[in-house]
Amino acid sequence: MSASNCLTANAWICGEYLRTRREELIDATLQHVAITGTAVVLAVLLAFPLALLARRYRRLTGTVLTLTTVVYTIPTLAMYALLLPVFGISAAVVVCGLVLYSLTILVRNMLAGLDGVPEDVREAARGMGFGPGRLLFRVELPLALPALMAGVRIATVSAVSLTTVGAIVGNGGLGNLIYSGMDSLFKAQVLTASVLCVVLAVVADVLLLGVQRALTPWVRARDGRGGRRRGGATDPGDGGDAPDGGDGAVTPGGGGGPDPLAKPANDDRPIAAGAPGARQEAGQ
Amino acid sequence: MNAFLDAWTWLTTADHWAGPGGIWTRLGEHLYLTGVSMVIACVLTLPLALWLGHTPVASGGGGRGKRLGSAVAVNITNAGRAVPTFAVLVVLMLTPLGEGGVTTPTVIALVLFALPPLLTNAYVGAAEADPDVVEAARGMGMSSRQLMLRIELPLAFPMVMTGIRTATVQVVATATLAALVGGGGLGRIITAGFANQNTAQVVAGAVLVAALALVVEGVLVVAQRLLTPGRGTGARDRAAREELPAEGREDGARAVGAPSGTA
Repeated sequence: MSASNCLTANAWICGEYLRTRREELIDATLQHVAITGTAVVLAVLLAFPLALLARRYRRLTGTVLTLTTVVYTIPTLAMYALLLPVFGISAAVVVCGLVLYSLTILVRNMLAGLDGVPEDVREAARGMGFGPGRLLFRVELPLALPALMAGVRIATVSAVSLTTVGAIVGNGGLGNLIYSGMDSLFKAQVLTASVLCVVLAVVADVLLLGVQRALTPWVRARDGRGGRRRGGATDPGDGGDAPDGGDGAVTPGGGGGPDPLAKPANDDRPIAAGAPGARQEAGQ
Repeated sequence: MNAFLDAWTWLTTADHWAGPGGIWTRLGEHLYLTGVSMVIACVLTLPLALWLGHTPVASGGGGRGKRLGSAVAVNITNAGRAVPTFAVLVVLMLTPLGEGGVTTPTVIALVLFALPPLLTNAYVGAAEADPDVVEAARGMGMSSRQLMLRIELPLAFPMVMTGIRTATVQVVATATLAALVGGGGLGRIITAGFANQNTAQVVAGAVLVAALALVVEGVLVVAQRLLTPGRGTGARDRAAREELPAEGREDGARAVGAPSGTA
């Protein structure tokens, strides 16, 4: 009895709400994940050739970076509104907006990651007879991976949060629940959806961190030795930490003070560094 | 493309600029919200950030203070990225704070989202003040307070300004969301357009909001350049060195606050 009272009393936290609206919550969460996931995957696929192009034609680099900065400055609501005439009221508006925002982060980080590959390593690979393709996929890309993944993590966490605004076109995943909850002053719905959003972001970040570690086992092996290097973990804007700051390897303690003027050291920092890219991102 | 032409027509109609719901009024509201929030955020954050950046040096270089500062900076930054502004706004609206109107919750949300870039940048600026210079100043017999105000603050200034710029652009962007909860500001033009199913107005509002964000960004870049102390001397090199990163920082820090930043 008391359980259903929390609905009538419009409490912030309500078990009855969770039970009765389970389907609705799951649907919204799934939509949220689908929108965010599609956007980030598309953005990664697009960012890769863009970063390669920008690297190949140096003159393009400045243009690409300026353009991405401009895109990032556009507020979400405006972005979705601007895309409205192109796609009509649909999930495509939100996905496209998120792709544009994610590209900004990803292209920058990929470029920084690729730039961070030491020339010596490249030289050595060439000397061993690596062609450009093999050099890229076997040497440069793996070395740029920490930076790349740092970018993916920032982009994903941001996208999870920005998806909520998609409620304006009815495709905001959990944002839809927040939006309708606001109109009906339904506190439990608003709070539950908000918390789920944050949880999604944290879970996504931790999962991606796991992927990053699985993909770059050598970084970990070196962790013990390089773990106490300066920099890295404490960078503002460093993607190297979970939003909750909960993942051990990258807690600030792991890496001394922030070092804004240091050049992005290549990749001989632990994951914490999230790497050159995160640094570049942070304008270090 | 038609929608964009219609939007242009909407924008060039004099009626849409004047009056209580006109563009000028909305722009005024937008700037007011931004200004109030930024002042509050700066007052709350900058002293704390400078203190966090200063502490370890004063206490004889023990790493603890610095680590504390770093921990605060990193975690607040990451939290800022993960928490959706829109959600915070709506939650605040439904608390007793929202009963008095939309302005208070909006300002609180804006202040919250201005904190991470302000705090991290100012903190890093102060914490990274050249140790030799700090050492020299202490050798000259400067007190802790003098050290903070006369050495670390000026040295941190470019970073503080970067933080202010980033935060302001973010707040301008976030103030747009106030419209979603029924507040004022330019976002209102967009939401009103949605309500009337007037795509031209939606697009026109979006153009205005985007333009405002870009103009504010541009103005602050120039202001930062003009205000940086000691430019034209050796500091110019430093400024120049920071130029490229500053570009990146902007994004990084915005990535920091990205959820709110672009929200």
